[in-house]
Amino acid sequence: MTPDAARLRAKTWICTLIVVFSNAFGDFFMKRGIPDSARLATPMEYVAVLFHPWVTAGVLLLVIWQMSRMALLSWADLSYVLPVTSVGYVVVALIGKVLLNEAISNRRWAGILLIMAGVALVSTGSVPSTVRRDP
Amino acid sequence: MMKWILVAVMVGATTIGEVLQAAGMRKHGEIHDFRPGAIGRALAVLARNRFVIGSILAMAISFFAFVKLLSISDLSFAVPVSAVTYVMETLLAKYVLKEHVNWLRWAGASLVVCGVALVSL
Repeated sequence: MTPDAARLRAKTWICTLIVVFSNAFGDFFMKRGIPDSARLATPMEYVAVLFHPWVTAGVLLLVIWQMSRMALLSWADLSYVLPVTSVGYVVVALIGKVLLNEAISNRRWAGILLIMAGVALVSTGSVPSTVRRDP
Repeated sequence: MMKWILVAVMVGATTIGEVLQAAGMRKHGEIHDFRPGAIGRALAVLARNRFVIGSILAMAISFFAFVKLLSISDLSFAVPVSAVTYVMETLLAKYVLKEHVNWLRWAGASLVVCGVALVSL
């Protein structure tokens, strides 16, 4: 692997980790922060719910998620980013198990294995970018 | 019926939004500098990128369709049905963005779609 390719691969891995974890924890904080009693019937209720500390943290993480995803897409293909970042579904399931004591059924474990297999195929079997980009 | 209209709006808007985002970021070119000042300058440039503006509009439509869908159906229906976007976006990546989607990427995307359905159903 040339130094340039190795550098791009390292950068891709770090950015993918940020995309995956900011998305998974952003969703988790949002779910944890919005009370079940919230009806969100009027625009004012939408604004008010943003000031719950967990929801504020969730929104900040989701902003980081979109920005890191855009950075990743600035050098990597969409057909590479899509499957590789889907490891987030696995992280969400594991967060549910560890932090919320949710049970993971056999069917969900099978799904997790399929997702991981798909991610492994794409991340090891192709380079992040196949098109020429302007500098 | 309402449910399927919302699914169509959500899948269509997500697909268009993410393909526009990918096209806009490719046009912008690789981001090298991750210092706060440089990120701020990149954001200022991106705010005038038509593809990026279009992608934000499309994703906003998709978000509100998703929230509305959640109010009339379960999360366990809404999340797996959104995995359809993987197939549509991979097709558009090949034919619109002209990416080289080799068989490993097709196989990976297919495994992910099946996996997402199993995890969320």
